[in-house]
Amino acid sequence: MAAGSTYTPIATQTVSGTTTASVTFSSIPSTYTDLIIVANGSLTVADNSYIQFNGSGGTAYSGTVLKGDGSAASSNRYSNNDRIVTDYTSYPTTTVGAWNAVIHFINYANTTTYKTTLIRSNNAQNGTSSSAHLWLSTAAITSIALQTQGTPKWGNGTTFTLYGITAA
Amino acid sequence: MPNTMTLIQSVTVGAGGASSIDFTSIASTYTDILVKMSLRTDRSAIGDQIKFTVNGSTSTYSGIVLLGTGASVLSETSSAAGAGSGYLIGENMNAATSTASTFGNAEIYIPNYAGSTNKSMSWDIVAENNATTGYQAIEAGLWATTSAITSIKLQSANAANFVQYSTAYLYGISNS
Repeated sequence: MAAGSTYTPIATQTVSGTTTASVTFSSIPSTYTDLIIVANGSLTVADNSYIQFNGSGGTAYSGTVLKGDGSAASSNRYSNNDRIVTDYTSYPTTTVGAWNAVIHFINYANTTTYKTTLIRSNNAQNGTSSSAHLWLSTAAITSIALQTQGTPKWGNGTTFTLYGITAA
Repeated sequence: MPNTMTLIQSVTVGAGGASSIDFTSIASTYTDILVKMSLRTDRSAIGDQIKFTVNGSTSTYSGIVLLGTGASVLSETSSAAGAGSGYLIGENMNAATSTASTFGNAEIYIPNYAGSTNKSMSWDIVAENNATTGYQAIEAGLWATTSAITSIKLQSANAANFVQYSTAYLYGISNS
């Protein structure tokens, strides 16, 4: 039996200009076991970024964050939210390339369980965080939107790459 | 053929130890790079810090670490003398007075390492120890330089040597 493949690239998006509020990967095939998005870049105004699945909001998202800002360690929670809060203290700033996030979507195509997302978010200018999130839906994830909110937009040159991870 | 993490270089420390582990002449043909390490030093302590530099550069590094020891948790800056300084520090790996035959593990993910923007990094580090004190940390790193990364040097931040059987592997990940 052939070994599963790791980091099989599915799609890459690179932001052009400074008016992009959301980057979406759509029509995601169900043929992998897990997904990973690697994000690297900036925002036009320093702020949190967010994630939403299948265009679905409501009150279906919750999460727990462990974070450090260079002087203090702390933890946050949110629940009944309309999207995943990706960063907290380690949010993107305006410095190009300073922020990165490695985002794991576990068992994303399963249609019997709720969906878990694990995020490592990093910005040496403001913090580092490790977080776990839950989407209260048994639907397979077929689209992932990486979003800003309000005035901030994704910075020019910000990259997002979607990879597939296969168990076998 | 689907892409996988491609092994670029590997280093295994032999008898006699080594003062550094070096990855050189790193090709620019991948999108991201990933360093996976299993390290122990001969420093007379439970733990030792990883000193991390790229391209022989001694400036523009900055970092923030979140560290747990089993008794406390803290967050601090991880570069020597603060932002813009001479190297990044990874906290911690196993050293001479930690549990025998136990090596710390670390992983550094560097997206867009060959691109023309500043180089940010994601670190995960553990140094387990069958005693009161162990270490687990996550870290955000930055080399605020737009040059491509072509070499990586790992050292002890306390001038110790890596012991035999320490290993480090450099992988390339491509987005197409």
